[in-house]
Amino acid sequence: MKRAVITVIGHDTVGILANIATACAEHKVNVLEVTQSVLQDMFVMMMMVDVTACDIPFAEFAEEMAGLGKKMNLSVQAMNEEIFNAMHTI
Amino acid sequence: MLNAHDILETIHMIQDEHLDVRTITMGISLLDCAHSDLDTMCTRVYDKITRHAEHLVKTGEDIEREFGIPIINKRISVTPAAMVLAACDNKDAIKLAYALERAAAACGVNFLGGYSALVQKGFGPGDRELMESIPQALAETEHICSSVNIGSTKAGLNMDAVAMMGRIVKQTAELTADRQCIGAAKLVVFCNAPEDNPFMAGAFHGPGEPDVEINVGVSGPGVVRAALAKAGDCDLTAVADIIKKTAFKITRMGQLVATEASKRLGVPFGIVDLSLAPTPAVGDSVAHILEEIGLESCGGYGTTAALALLNDAVKKGGVMASSHVGGLSGAFIPVTEDAGMIAAATSGALRLEKLEAMTAVCSVGLDMINIPGDTTPEVIAAIIADEAAIGMVNSKTTAVRVIPAIGKTVGDTLSFGGLLGEGPVMAVNPASPARFIGRGGRIPAPMQSLKN
Repeated sequence: MKRAVITVIGHDTVGILANIATACAEHKVNVLEVTQSVLQDMFVMMMMVDVTACDIPFAEFAEEMAGLGKKMNLSVQAMNEEIFNAMHTI
Repeated sequence: MLNAHDILETIHMIQDEHLDVRTITMGISLLDCAHSDLDTMCTRVYDKITRHAEHLVKTGEDIEREFGIPIINKRISVTPAAMVLAACDNKDAIKLAYALERAAAACGVNFLGGYSALVQKGFGPGDRELMESIPQALAETEHICSSVNIGSTKAGLNMDAVAMMGRIVKQTAELTADRQCIGAAKLVVFCNAPEDNPFMAGAFHGPGEPDVEINVGVSGPGVVRAALAKAGDCDLTAVADIIKKTAFKITRMGQLVATEASKRLGVPFGIVDLSLAPTPAVGDSVAHILEEIGLESCGGYGTTAALALLNDAVKKGGVMASSHVGGLSGAFIPVTEDAGMIAAATSGALRLEKLEAMTAVCSVGLDMINIPGDTTPEVIAAIIADEAAIGMVNSKTTAVRVIPAIGKTVGDTLSFGGLLGEGPVMAVNPASPARFIGRGGRIPAPMQSLKN
Protein backbone atom coordinates (compact mmCIF):
# COMPACT_ATOMS: atom_id res chain seq x y z
CA MET A 1 0.00 0.00 0.00
CA LYS A 2 1.35 3.43 -0.97
CA ARG A 3 0.22 6.06 1.47
CA ALA A 4 0.28 9.81 1.49
CA VAL A 5 -0.55 12.56 3.95
CA ILE A 6 -2.78 15.44 2.92
CA THR A 7 -2.63 18.49 5.14
CA VAL A 8 -5.01 21.40 4.95
CA ILE A 9 -4.36 24.64 6.80
CA GLY A 10 -6.31 27.88 6.58
CA HIS A 11 -9.39 29.78 7.62
CA ASP A 12 -12.37 27.60 8.31
CA THR A 13 -15.06 27.70 5.63
CA VAL A 14 -17.96 25.50 4.64
CA GLY A 15 -17.15 22.38 2.64
CA ILE A 16 -13.41 21.95 3.10
CA LEU A 17 -13.58 18.28 4.03
CA ALA A 18 -16.22 17.64 1.39
CA ASN A 19 -14.19 19.25 -1.39
CA ILE A 20 -10.97 17.44 -0.52
CA ALA A 21 -12.69 14.10 -0.04
CA THR A 22 -14.54 14.48 -3.35
CA ALA A 23 -11.28 15.20 -5.18
CA CYS A 24 -9.76 12.11 -3.57
CA ALA A 25 -12.69 9.95 -4.59
CA GLU A 26 -12.52 11.21 -8.16
CA HIS A 27 -8.99 9.84 -8.41
CA LYS A 28 -9.71 6.59 -6.54
CA VAL A 29 -7.71 7.75 -3.54
CA ASN A 30 -9.04 6.07 -0.41
CA VAL A 31 -9.24 8.09 2.81
CA LEU A 32 -7.89 5.98 5.70
CA GLU A 33 -7.84 8.41 8.60
CA VAL A 34 -8.82 11.99 9.24
CA THR A 35 -7.98 14.27 12.12
CA GLN A 36 -9.04 17.85 12.22
CA SER A 37 -9.09 20.67 14.67
CA VAL A 38 -10.26 24.25 14.62
CA LEU A 39 -8.30 26.65 16.79
CA GLN A 40 -10.16 29.96 16.91
CA ASP A 41 -10.95 30.23 13.20
CA MET A 42 -7.86 28.39 11.92
CA PHE A 43 -8.65 25.05 10.41
CA VAL A 44 -6.05 22.26 10.45
CA MET A 45 -6.86 18.91 8.88
CA MET A 46 -4.68 15.91 8.22
CA MET A 47 -5.72 12.94 6.16
CA MET A 48 -3.89 9.66 5.72
CA VAL A 49 -4.84 8.36 2.30
CA ASP A 50 -4.10 5.27 0.24
CA VAL A 51 -2.90 6.30 -3.21
CA THR A 52 -2.17 2.79 -4.50
CA ALA A 53 -5.12 2.92 -6.91
CA CYS A 54 -4.77 6.59 -7.79
CA ASP A 55 -5.62 6.99 -11.49
CA ILE A 56 -3.02 9.69 -12.16
CA PRO A 57 0.68 9.91 -11.18
CA PHE A 58 1.06 11.01 -7.57
CA ALA A 59 2.96 14.17 -8.55
CA GLU A 60 -0.04 15.30 -10.60
CA PHE A 61 -2.41 14.44 -7.79
CA ALA A 62 -0.31 16.54 -5.41
CA GLU A 63 -0.42 19.45 -7.85
CA GLU A 64 -4.18 19.13 -8.21
CA MET A 65 -4.55 19.20 -4.42
CA ALA A 66 -2.40 22.33 -4.18
CA GLY A 67 -4.52 23.94 -6.93
CA LEU A 68 -7.72 23.02 -5.12
CA GLY A 69 -6.30 24.62 -2.00
CA LYS A 70 -5.55 27.82 -3.85
CA LYS A 71 -9.16 28.00 -5.07
CA MET A 72 -10.43 27.71 -1.50
CA ASN A 73 -7.73 30.04 -0.16
CA LEU A 74 -6.17 27.25 1.88
CA SER A 75 -2.75 25.66 2.01
CA VAL A 76 -3.21 22.07 0.85
CA GLN A 77 -0.27 19.67 0.59
CA ALA A 78 -0.25 16.07 -0.48
CA MET A 79 3.05 14.42 0.39
CA ASN A 80 4.38 10.91 0.27
CA GLU A 81 4.18 9.39 3.74
CA GLU A 82 7.79 8.20 3.58
CA ILE A 83 9.25 11.65 4.20
CA PHE A 84 7.49 11.88 7.57
CA ASN A 85 8.52 8.35 8.52
CA ALA A 86 12.10 9.08 7.57
CA MET A 87 12.31 12.26 9.57
CA HIS A 88 10.41 11.30 12.69
CA THR A 89 11.01 7.61 13.30
CA ILE A 90 14.27 5.84 13.98
CA MET B 1 3.18 6.11 14.23
CA LEU B 2 2.94 9.58 12.79
CA ASN B 3 1.42 12.32 14.82
CA ALA B 4 0.08 15.70 13.80
CA HIS B 5 2.91 17.58 15.46
CA ASP B 6 5.57 15.74 13.41
CA ILE B 7 3.70 16.28 10.15
CA LEU B 8 3.25 19.98 10.78
CA GLU B 9 6.88 20.32 11.86
CA THR B 10 8.11 18.89 8.55
CA ILE B 11 5.81 21.10 6.50
CA HIS B 12 6.82 24.14 8.53
CA MET B 13 10.52 23.32 8.00
CA ILE B 14 10.04 23.11 4.23
CA GLN B 15 7.70 26.06 3.78
CA ASP B 16 9.07 28.58 6.27
CA GLU B 17 12.59 27.52 7.20
CA HIS B 18 14.11 26.74 3.79
CA LEU B 19 14.61 23.04 4.41
CA ASP B 20 15.76 21.50 1.16
CA VAL B 21 18.04 19.00 -0.42
CA ARG B 22 20.75 21.21 -1.84
CA THR B 23 21.99 18.89 -4.53
CA ILE B 24 21.77 15.50 -6.13
CA THR B 25 25.12 15.01 -7.79
CA MET B 26 25.84 12.15 -10.15
CA GLY B 27 29.49 11.16 -10.09
CA ILE B 28 30.67 9.70 -13.40
CA SER B 29 34.04 8.14 -14.04
CA LEU B 30 35.68 9.21 -17.29
CA LEU B 31 38.66 6.88 -16.95
CA ASP B 32 37.34 4.56 -19.65
CA CYS B 33 36.97 7.52 -22.04
CA ALA B 34 40.72 8.08 -22.27
CA HIS B 35 42.14 7.93 -25.80
CA SER B 36 45.31 9.12 -27.47
CA ASP B 37 43.24 11.17 -29.93
CA LEU B 38 41.75 14.22 -28.22
CA ASP B 39 38.67 14.50 -30.44
CA THR B 40 37.81 10.82 -30.00
CA MET B 41 38.18 11.24 -26.26
CA CYS B 42 35.91 14.30 -26.22
CA THR B 43 33.22 12.35 -28.12
CA ARG B 44 33.50 9.48 -25.64
CA VAL B 45 33.28 11.88 -22.70
CA TYR B 46 30.18 13.56 -24.11
CA ASP B 47 28.52 10.23 -24.88
CA LYS B 48 29.23 8.71 -21.48
CA ILE B 49 28.00 11.70 -19.50
CA THR B 50 24.83 12.16 -21.51
CA ARG B 51 24.12 8.42 -21.44
CA HIS B 52 24.24 8.20 -17.66
CA ALA B 53 22.88 11.61 -16.69
CA GLU B 54 20.16 11.86 -19.34
CA HIS B 55 17.39 11.35 -16.79
CA LEU B 56 19.09 12.95 -13.78
CA VAL B 57 17.25 16.27 -13.87
CA LYS B 58 13.85 14.74 -14.60
CA THR B 59 14.28 12.12 -11.87
CA GLY B 60 15.23 14.85 -9.41
CA GLU B 61 12.17 16.88 -10.36
CA ASP B 62 9.90 13.82 -10.05
CA ILE B 63 11.18 13.09 -6.55
CA GLU B 64 10.77 16.75 -5.67
CA ARG B 65 7.12 16.73 -6.70
CA GLU B 66 6.22 13.35 -5.29
CA PHE B 67 7.82 13.83 -1.90
CA GLY B 68 7.21 17.53 -1.61
CA ILE B 69 10.92 18.14 -0.88
CA PRO B 70 12.60 20.96 -2.77
CA ILE B 71 15.74 19.71 -4.52
CA ILE B 72 17.60 22.84 -5.53
CA ASN B 73 20.36 21.54 -7.78
CA LYS B 74 21.00 18.58 -10.00
CA ARG B 75 24.65 18.31 -10.87
CA ILE B 76 27.33 16.11 -12.35
CA SER B 77 30.85 15.48 -11.12
CA VAL B 78 33.42 13.73 -13.27
CA THR B 79 36.90 12.24 -12.96
CA PRO B 80 39.49 15.02 -12.66
CA ALA B 81 39.82 16.06 -16.29
CA ALA B 82 43.62 16.13 -16.14
CA MET B 83 43.63 12.36 -15.54
CA VAL B 84 41.88 11.59 -18.82
CA LEU B 85 43.77 14.32 -20.65
CA ALA B 86 46.98 12.51 -19.67
CA ALA B 87 46.31 9.86 -22.34
CA CYS B 88 46.05 12.36 -25.23
CA ASP B 89 48.92 13.13 -27.57
CA ASN B 90 47.53 16.62 -28.04
CA LYS B 91 46.84 18.12 -24.61
CA ASP B 92 44.71 21.06 -25.74
CA ALA B 93 42.57 20.94 -22.60
CA ILE B 94 40.09 23.59 -23.68
CA LYS B 95 38.53 21.16 -26.18
CA LEU B 96 37.71 18.89 -23.28
CA ALA B 97 36.16 21.85 -21.44
CA TYR B 98 33.89 22.49 -24.42
CA ALA B 99 32.89 18.82 -24.56
CA LEU B 100 32.03 18.85 -20.85
CA GLU B 101 30.05 22.06 -21.30
CA ARG B 102 28.06 20.55 -24.17
CA ALA B 103 27.33 17.47 -22.05
CA ALA B 104 26.24 19.58 -19.07
CA ALA B 105 23.96 21.70 -21.24
CA ALA B 106 22.46 18.61 -22.92
CA CYS B 107 21.65 17.07 -19.51
CA GLY B 108 20.18 20.33 -18.20
CA VAL B 109 22.20 20.29 -14.97
CA ASN B 110 23.14 23.43 -13.01
CA PHE B 111 26.85 22.69 -12.86
CA LEU B 112 29.39 20.09 -13.88
CA GLY B 113 32.42 19.77 -11.62
CA GLY B 114 35.67 18.00 -12.28
CA TYR B 115 37.66 20.28 -14.53
CA SER B 116 40.30 19.41 -12.02
CA ALA B 117 43.81 18.28 -11.35
CA LEU B 118 45.29 16.49 -8.34
CA VAL B 119 48.84 17.76 -7.95
CA GLN B 120 49.50 17.54 -4.21
CA LYS B 121 52.83 15.80 -4.75
CA GLY B 122 53.75 16.89 -8.26
CA PHE B 123 52.55 17.36 -11.81
CA GLY B 124 51.60 14.37 -13.93
CA PRO B 125 51.06 14.41 -17.69
CA GLY B 126 48.26 16.80 -18.57
CA ASP B 127 48.14 18.51 -15.15
CA ARG B 128 49.96 21.71 -16.12
CA GLU B 129 48.12 21.96 -19.44
CA LEU B 130 44.79 21.64 -17.71
CA MET B 131 45.65 24.14 -14.98
CA GLU B 132 46.85 26.71 -17.51
CA SER B 133 43.57 26.35 -19.43
CA ILE B 134 41.36 26.99 -16.37
CA PRO B 135 40.97 30.78 -16.86
CA GLN B 136 39.86 30.36 -20.47
CA ALA B 137 37.68 27.33 -19.69
CA LEU B 138 35.81 29.15 -16.93
CA ALA B 139 35.42 32.29 -19.04
CA GLU B 140 34.07 30.47 -22.08
CA THR B 141 31.79 27.94 -20.45
CA GLU B 142 28.77 28.42 -18.25
CA HIS B 143 28.39 25.18 -16.30
CA ILE B 144 31.93 23.99 -15.72
CA CYS B 145 33.46 24.15 -12.25
CA SER B 146 37.12 23.65 -11.61
CA SER B 147 39.24 22.59 -8.66
CA VAL B 148 42.87 21.81 -8.03
CA ASN B 149 44.19 19.84 -5.07
CA ILE B 150 47.55 21.31 -4.15
CA GLY B 151 48.24 19.54 -0.88
CA SER B 152 47.38 16.75 1.52
CA THR B 153 48.32 15.58 4.99
CA LYS B 154 50.16 12.61 3.48
CA ALA B 155 51.94 14.46 0.66
CA GLY B 156 52.54 17.94 2.06
CA LEU B 157 52.03 21.04 -0.05
CA ASN B 158 53.11 21.42 -3.67
CA MET B 159 54.25 25.04 -3.51
CA ASP B 160 54.94 25.23 -7.25
CA ALA B 161 51.26 24.46 -7.78
CA VAL B 162 50.30 26.97 -5.07
CA ALA B 163 52.27 29.71 -6.87
CA MET B 164 50.63 28.72 -10.15
CA MET B 165 47.17 28.83 -8.65
CA GLY B 166 47.74 32.32 -7.25
CA ARG B 167 48.31 33.46 -10.81
CA ILE B 168 45.50 31.34 -12.28
CA VAL B 169 42.90 32.60 -9.80
CA LYS B 170 43.80 36.17 -10.72
CA GLN B 171 43.74 35.44 -14.47
CA THR B 172 40.39 33.70 -14.14
CA ALA B 173 38.93 36.82 -12.50
CA GLU B 174 40.50 39.07 -15.13
CA LEU B 175 39.03 37.10 -18.02
CA THR B 176 35.56 37.46 -16.55
CA ALA B 177 35.99 41.03 -15.25
CA ASP B 178 33.02 42.12 -17.39
CA ARG B 179 30.81 39.57 -15.58
CA GLN B 180 31.59 40.39 -11.95
CA CYS B 181 34.72 38.19 -12.15
CA ILE B 182 32.43 35.16 -11.88
CA GLY B 183 35.03 32.75 -13.27
CA ALA B 184 36.90 32.81 -9.97
CA ALA B 185 33.68 31.85 -8.14
CA LYS B 186 33.80 28.53 -10.00
CA LEU B 187 37.38 27.69 -9.04
CA VAL B 188 38.44 26.05 -5.78
CA VAL B 189 41.95 25.31 -4.57
CA PHE B 190 41.94 22.39 -2.14
CA CYS B 191 44.07 20.70 0.45
CA ASN B 192 42.84 17.16 1.28
CA ALA B 193 40.07 17.37 -1.34
CA PRO B 194 37.32 14.79 -0.75
CA GLU B 195 36.72 12.50 -3.71
CA ASP B 196 32.97 12.17 -3.28
CA ASN B 197 31.98 15.77 -2.61
CA PRO B 198 28.59 16.61 -4.18
CA PHE B 199 28.93 20.36 -3.62
CA MET B 200 30.20 22.86 -6.17
CA ALA B 201 32.50 24.33 -7.14
CA GLY B 202 34.77 21.66 -5.68
CA ALA B 203 32.97 18.49 -6.77
CA PHE B 204 34.89 15.87 -8.70
CA HIS B 205 34.62 12.11 -9.00
CA GLY B 206 37.76 10.69 -7.46
CA PRO B 207 39.73 7.81 -8.96
CA GLY B 208 38.72 5.50 -6.10
CA GLU B 209 35.01 5.91 -6.74
CA PRO B 210 32.77 3.47 -8.63
CA ASP B 211 31.92 3.94 -12.31
CA VAL B 212 28.78 5.95 -11.56
CA GLU B 213 27.18 6.92 -8.24
CA ILE B 214 24.70 9.26 -6.63
CA ASN B 215 25.82 11.62 -3.87
CA VAL B 216 23.45 13.93 -2.07
CA GLY B 217 24.16 17.16 -0.22
CA VAL B 218 21.64 18.29 2.38
CA SER B 219 21.13 21.77 3.73
CA GLY B 220 19.06 23.47 6.38
CA PRO B 221 20.71 26.33 8.31
CA GLY B 222 17.28 27.95 8.61
CA VAL B 223 15.85 24.90 10.36
CA VAL B 224 18.70 24.79 12.87
CA ARG B 225 18.38 28.49 13.64
CA ALA B 226 14.61 28.22 14.10
CA ALA B 227 15.01 25.25 16.46
CA LEU B 228 17.52 27.19 18.57
CA ALA B 229 15.30 30.27 18.60
CA LYS B 230 12.40 28.19 19.87
CA ALA B 231 14.54 26.74 22.68
CA GLY B 232 15.36 30.15 24.14
CA ASP B 233 18.02 30.55 26.85
CA CYS B 234 19.25 27.00 27.38
CA ASP B 235 22.89 26.14 28.11
CA LEU B 236 25.38 25.07 25.43
CA THR B 237 24.95 21.36 26.18
CA ALA B 238 21.30 21.79 25.26
CA VAL B 239 22.25 23.86 22.21
CA ALA B 240 24.45 21.02 20.95
CA ASP B 241 21.65 18.57 21.61
CA ILE B 242 19.10 20.61 19.64
CA ILE B 243 21.49 20.91 16.69
CA LYS B 244 22.11 17.16 16.73
CA LYS B 245 18.40 16.35 16.70
CA THR B 246 17.73 18.81 13.91
CA ALA B 247 20.69 17.57 11.86
CA PHE B 248 19.36 14.03 12.27
CA LYS B 249 16.02 14.99 10.75
CA ILE B 250 17.58 16.96 7.91
CA THR B 251 19.92 14.11 7.06
CA ARG B 252 17.17 11.50 7.14
CA MET B 253 15.44 13.49 4.44
CA GLY B 254 18.66 13.57 2.42
CA GLN B 255 19.11 9.83 2.85
CA LEU B 256 15.56 9.22 1.66
CA VAL B 257 16.13 11.33 -1.47
CA ALA B 258 19.49 9.68 -2.12
CA THR B 259 18.06 6.17 -1.82
CA GLU B 260 15.10 7.03 -4.03
CA ALA B 261 17.25 8.72 -6.70
CA SER B 262 19.68 5.81 -6.68
CA LYS B 263 16.82 3.32 -7.13
CA ARG B 264 15.13 5.24 -9.92
CA LEU B 265 18.30 5.94 -11.86
CA GLY B 266 19.71 2.45 -11.35
CA VAL B 267 22.93 3.93 -10.02
CA PRO B 268 24.54 2.98 -6.68
CA PHE B 269 24.13 5.35 -3.75
CA GLY B 270 27.46 6.86 -2.69
CA ILE B 271 27.20 9.18 0.27
CA VAL B 272 25.14 11.84 1.97
CA ASP B 273 27.14 14.99 2.65
CA LEU B 274 26.03 16.30 6.04
CA SER B 275 26.46 19.93 5.35
CA LEU B 276 24.80 23.10 6.49
CA ALA B 277 24.93 24.99 3.22
CA PRO B 278 23.59 28.52 3.42
CA THR B 279 21.95 30.53 0.65
CA PRO B 280 21.70 34.31 0.37
CA ALA B 281 17.97 34.07 1.22
CA VAL B 282 16.99 35.62 4.53
CA GLY B 283 16.57 32.87 7.11
CA ASP B 284 19.00 30.43 5.50
CA SER B 285 22.25 31.62 7.06
CA VAL B 286 24.97 29.84 9.05
CA ALA B 287 26.08 33.21 10.49
CA HIS B 288 22.60 33.68 11.91
CA ILE B 289 22.86 30.33 13.71
CA LEU B 290 26.06 31.56 15.39
CA GLU B 291 24.28 34.77 16.32
CA GLU B 292 21.32 32.76 17.64
CA ILE B 293 23.77 30.85 19.84
CA GLY B 294 24.61 34.19 21.40
CA LEU B 295 27.01 36.33 19.41
CA GLU B 296 26.22 39.95 18.64
CA SER B 297 27.73 39.48 15.22
CA CYS B 298 29.40 36.67 13.37
CA GLY B 299 33.14 37.46 13.30
CA GLY B 300 33.39 38.65 16.90
CA TYR B 301 35.20 36.69 19.61
CA GLY B 302 33.35 33.48 20.35
CA THR B 303 32.68 32.83 16.66
CA THR B 304 35.28 30.07 16.33
CA ALA B 305 34.06 28.29 19.47
CA ALA B 306 30.40 28.53 18.48
CA LEU B 307 31.21 27.28 15.00
CA ALA B 308 33.20 24.35 16.42
CA LEU B 309 30.17 23.36 18.49
CA LEU B 310 27.84 23.72 15.50
CA ASN B 311 30.07 21.78 13.13
CA ASP B 312 30.58 18.90 15.52
CA ALA B 313 26.92 18.64 16.48
CA VAL B 314 25.85 18.59 12.81
CA LYS B 315 28.13 15.61 12.20
CA LYS B 316 27.06 13.77 15.34
CA GLY B 317 23.39 14.18 14.49
CA GLY B 318 23.82 13.39 10.84
CA VAL B 319 26.02 10.33 11.09
CA MET B 320 23.33 8.15 12.61
CA ALA B 321 20.78 9.26 10.05
CA SER B 322 22.67 8.08 7.01
CA SER B 323 24.12 4.75 5.99
CA HIS B 324 27.15 6.34 4.31
CA VAL B 325 28.47 9.78 5.08
CA GLY B 326 31.13 11.57 3.10
CA GLY B 327 32.03 14.63 1.09
CA LEU B 328 32.72 17.76 3.08
CA SER B 329 30.20 17.15 5.88
CA GLY B 330 30.15 20.20 8.12
CA ALA B 331 29.04 23.79 8.27
CA PHE B 332 29.89 25.92 5.25
CA ILE B 333 30.93 29.53 5.64
CA PRO B 334 30.82 31.02 2.13
CA VAL B 335 30.68 34.78 2.65
CA THR B 336 28.73 35.94 -0.40
CA GLU B 337 26.25 33.04 -0.15
CA ASP B 338 25.17 33.78 3.41
CA ALA B 339 23.02 36.80 4.35
CA GLY B 340 24.48 36.93 7.87
CA MET B 341 28.08 36.70 6.66
CA ILE B 342 27.45 39.42 4.07
CA ALA B 343 26.09 41.71 6.79
CA ALA B 344 28.98 40.94 9.15
CA ALA B 345 31.58 41.49 6.43
CA THR B 346 29.93 44.73 5.34
CA SER B 347 29.83 46.09 8.90
CA GLY B 348 33.48 45.15 9.41
CA ALA B 349 32.75 42.65 12.19
CA LEU B 350 33.93 39.75 10.05
CA ARG B 351 37.43 39.94 8.66
CA LEU B 352 39.58 37.64 6.59
CA GLU B 353 41.79 36.71 9.55
CA LYS B 354 38.78 35.55 11.57
CA LEU B 355 37.46 33.59 8.63
CA GLU B 356 40.80 31.81 8.43
CA ALA B 357 40.55 30.86 12.10
CA MET B 358 37.00 29.63 11.57
CA THR B 359 38.13 27.30 8.80
CA ALA B 360 40.22 25.38 11.32
CA VAL B 361 37.08 24.09 13.01
CA CYS B 362 34.55 23.73 10.21
CA SER B 363 34.01 22.30 6.81
CA VAL B 364 35.80 23.75 3.78
CA GLY B 365 37.74 27.00 4.04
CA LEU B 366 37.97 30.56 2.79
CA ASP B 367 34.94 30.41 0.57
CA MET B 368 33.37 32.99 -1.73
CA ILE B 369 35.39 35.92 -0.48
CA ASN B 370 35.79 39.00 -2.65
CA ILE B 371 39.24 40.52 -2.40
CA PRO B 372 40.60 43.75 -3.91
CA GLY B 373 41.34 43.56 -7.64
CA ASP B 374 44.91 44.73 -7.15
CA THR B 375 45.78 41.82 -4.84
CA THR B 376 48.96 40.29 -6.29
CA PRO B 377 49.13 36.66 -7.44
CA GLU B 378 51.76 36.09 -4.74
CA VAL B 379 49.40 37.25 -1.99
CA ILE B 380 46.64 35.01 -3.39
CA ALA B 381 49.12 32.12 -3.49
CA ALA B 382 50.10 32.84 0.13
CA ILE B 383 46.44 32.91 1.19
CA ILE B 384 46.12 29.48 -0.45
CA ALA B 385 49.30 28.26 1.29
CA ASP B 386 48.13 29.40 4.74
CA GLU B 387 44.75 27.80 4.31
CA ALA B 388 46.24 24.59 2.93
CA ALA B 389 48.66 24.45 5.88
CA ILE B 390 45.69 24.45 8.27
CA GLY B 391 44.17 21.55 6.38
CA MET B 392 47.43 19.65 6.06
CA VAL B 393 48.35 19.86 9.74
CA ASN B 394 44.83 19.18 11.03
CA SER B 395 44.07 16.32 8.62
CA LYS B 396 41.01 18.06 7.28
CA THR B 397 39.79 19.51 4.03
CA THR B 398 40.46 23.17 3.50
CA ALA B 399 39.91 25.19 0.38
CA VAL B 400 40.24 28.66 -1.03
CA ARG B 401 37.72 30.24 -3.34
CA VAL B 402 38.53 33.94 -3.43
CA ILE B 403 37.32 36.29 -6.14
CA PRO B 404 39.73 39.11 -7.04
CA ALA B 405 37.35 41.98 -7.85
CA ILE B 406 39.14 43.40 -10.86
CA GLY B 407 38.94 47.19 -10.92
CA LYS B 408 37.36 47.30 -7.46
CA THR B 409 38.59 47.81 -3.96
CA VAL B 410 37.54 47.52 -0.31
CA GLY B 411 33.96 48.70 0.15
CA ASP B 412 32.86 47.93 -3.42
CA THR B 413 30.54 45.04 -4.09
CA LEU B 414 30.53 42.06 -6.44
CA SER B 415 27.13 40.65 -7.26
CA PHE B 416 26.92 37.20 -8.83
CA GLY B 417 23.20 36.55 -8.48
CA GLY B 418 21.47 33.27 -7.66
CA LEU B 419 22.97 30.97 -5.06
CA LEU B 420 26.41 32.57 -5.45
CA GLY B 421 25.00 35.76 -3.94
CA GLU B 422 26.85 39.02 -3.54
CA GLY B 423 29.20 40.59 -1.07
CA PRO B 424 31.61 43.37 -0.22
CA VAL B 425 35.25 43.38 -1.24
CA MET B 426 37.16 42.54 1.95
CA ALA B 427 40.51 43.94 3.01
CA VAL B 428 43.59 41.79 2.46
CA ASN B 429 46.93 42.26 4.21
CA PRO B 430 49.11 43.49 1.33
CA ALA B 431 52.54 42.70 2.85
CA SER B 432 54.45 40.81 0.19
CA PRO B 433 55.10 37.07 0.51
CA ALA B 434 56.74 37.12 -2.96
CA ARG B 435 60.08 35.67 -1.88
CA PHE B 436 58.42 32.85 0.07
CA ILE B 437 56.13 31.96 -2.83
CA GLY B 438 58.94 32.41 -5.37
CA ARG B 439 61.03 29.72 -3.69
CA GLY B 440 58.77 26.95 -5.00
CA GLY B 441 59.41 23.35 -4.04
CA ARG B 442 57.35 21.40 -1.55
CA ILE B 443 56.42 21.82 2.09
CA PRO B 444 57.04 18.35 3.54
CA ALA B 445 54.16 16.34 4.97
CA PRO B 446 53.69 16.97 8.69
CA MET B 447 54.28 14.63 11.59
CA GLN B 448 51.16 12.81 12.57
CA SER B 449 52.51 11.40 15.81
CA LEU B 450 54.54 12.76 18.76
CA LYS B 451 51.81 15.35 19.04
CA ASN B 452 52.87 16.72 22.40
